[in-house]
Amino acid sequence: MDQLLHQILSGLATGGIYASVALALVMIYQATHLVNFAQGEMAMFTTYIAWALLQAGLPYWAAFAITVVGAFVLGVAIERIIVRPVENSPILAVVIVFIALLVIFNSIAGWIFTYTIKPFPSPFPAEPLFGNPYLSSHELGSMAITLVVLLLLFVFFRFTPLGLAMRAAAQNPVSSRLVGIRVGWMLALGWGLAAAIGSIAGMMVAPTVFLEPNMMGGILLYAFAGALLGGIDSPGGAVLGGFIVGVLENVVGVYVGSELKLTFALVLIVGVLVIRPSGLFGKVHVVRV
Amino acid sequence: MTTLDRRKLAGLVLVLLLACALPFFIANYRVFQMTLVLAYAIALLGLNMLTGYNGQISLGHGAFYAIGAYTAAILMDKAGLPYWATIPLAGAACFVAGFLFGLPALRLEGLYLALATFALGIAMPQILKHKSIEGWTGGVQGITILKPDAPPWTGLSQDRWLYFFTLAWMVFLFVLGWNLLRGRIGRAMVAIRDQPIAAQAMGVNTAMVKSLTFGVSALYTGIAGALGAIAVQFVAPDSFNLFLSITLLTGVVIGGLASISGAIFGALFIQFVPNVADQISKAAPWAIYGIVLIAFMYAMPTGVAGFLRLARARLVRRPSGPIPR
Repeated sequence: MDQLLHQILSGLATGGIYASVALALVMIYQATHLVNFAQGEMAMFTTYIAWALLQAGLPYWAAFAITVVGAFVLGVAIERIIVRPVENSPILAVVIVFIALLVIFNSIAGWIFTYTIKPFPSPFPAEPLFGNPYLSSHELGSMAITLVVLLLLFVFFRFTPLGLAMRAAAQNPVSSRLVGIRVGWMLALGWGLAAAIGSIAGMMVAPTVFLEPNMMGGILLYAFAGALLGGIDSPGGAVLGGFIVGVLENVVGVYVGSELKLTFALVLIVGVLVIRPSGLFGKVHVVRV
Repeated sequence: MTTLDRRKLAGLVLVLLLACALPFFIANYRVFQMTLVLAYAIALLGLNMLTGYNGQISLGHGAFYAIGAYTAAILMDKAGLPYWATIPLAGAACFVAGFLFGLPALRLEGLYLALATFALGIAMPQILKHKSIEGWTGGVQGITILKPDAPPWTGLSQDRWLYFFTLAWMVFLFVLGWNLLRGRIGRAMVAIRDQPIAAQAMGVNTAMVKSLTFGVSALYTGIAGALGAIAVQFVAPDSFNLFLSITLLTGVVIGGLASISGAIFGALFIQFVPNVADQISKAAPWAIYGIVLIAFMYAMPTGVAGFLRLARARLVRRPSGPIPR
């Protein structure tokens, strides 16, 4: 029982990471109906930036802040420069461009920072907080940061004019344009926010999986699974889905064997898509003939 | 996708003769590389049937390449079958695997199918490593197979023999593919890609054609995997990762979506460009792949084959039919 509780709690901690990446995916999906296959690699790349800043001697939280801002700028730039020209192309062209981005970030990271595995520091103390036997303080801390990010996003989208404009642009671009919202920039902002969230997820997960160019492959897959499970057009659902996948992954890892963790994600993705493509909270799509 | 006129036929015969003469003028290692080009060309044609012609995006075709390679290796290593007998069996195994994966894929469109196949591509090495099938697959170590000897009457070196063996399979599969794609089924495939609802209204059995396409595409890729494994003499789970699938996709895009001859251009690219780029940096081939992918999507979405077709149409300046997409 103790074992199970432990697994569930640390599953929630990794689930927080998946939830963040899933949220980043949903954010781009809502605005453009595209799934960003390069999300994980963008997060990985920005984590390397944080690593480089730390190597240069910056204190952790300064590096953290610079990285998040840098990731935001990177996301905006990618949307404006690379994604914009293919936005209205057939889905195949867009998928290929995303795959190209995935490969480019992966190779640039390998080129600049080499493929050797690097340790990444955690900002939290090594001893467990409050003397609890279940969670390390990094797990607890990263969960807290994830929750803070989610809360901030909720507040941003719910209570600020810019958040409202972004929601409007995603839901009804034509009418939004008519009331003076610059839809193109809203999309770019969405990409920036998604990249920023991804960078936080990357920095939170790097201490446990270690920093290397391929570190986000599995995480991206779980984030996909989480986003699909919750419903790819529902931010709240994606977050919940991420947490569920995190817990399931850990429990399955213990009772079935950790060698099949990725296969489990595959089964989950195909299963959700086949049985309930809209996920738990997503809208059911009706295609107009 | 029209019938061959005499000039085209003559051109093809010439290319084939050149392909037959080539191995006698280059070193054994180059022959081995060309064998891989031929195997890749088969895989690319398979993926192109699915993605280019039928519009089903697969980001996980490396998985079928792996299944083909492993089927051949296991049959040779554990069951003691001769190498030539493993090829059709590898194709059959992949056809079944592809058909079965294609069934749930029927309900998935565009992006979702890309997602599901992406997951398949990532998960494949892990499945191959799993300990329940370790007795067959050799786990992380993989399987080493012996390079087949040429029949004594040919007097060829092993590499040259394997080249001709692969070439024969390629010609056979390309003729088959050409026949399939220009016929009724090929048109149904394209119709489903462009206008699924209209295709259905015309009486095309969409579900059947789509899952059969998936199966045939996997069959091609699996045969390529088997031929590639015999040429490399080695299979290991980590060589069939997501990046193999991305390599195949890159080859299809560069050669030209929905083009048969494009498979050969794509195969030449994915075999030789990384070799050259490797000398700059280990990461350079991938950077080039990425940049080339984006550049092709912006500037040359029909790939090399489409570009050549366009260039010839411009140069010859004859009134020709509409350029096929």
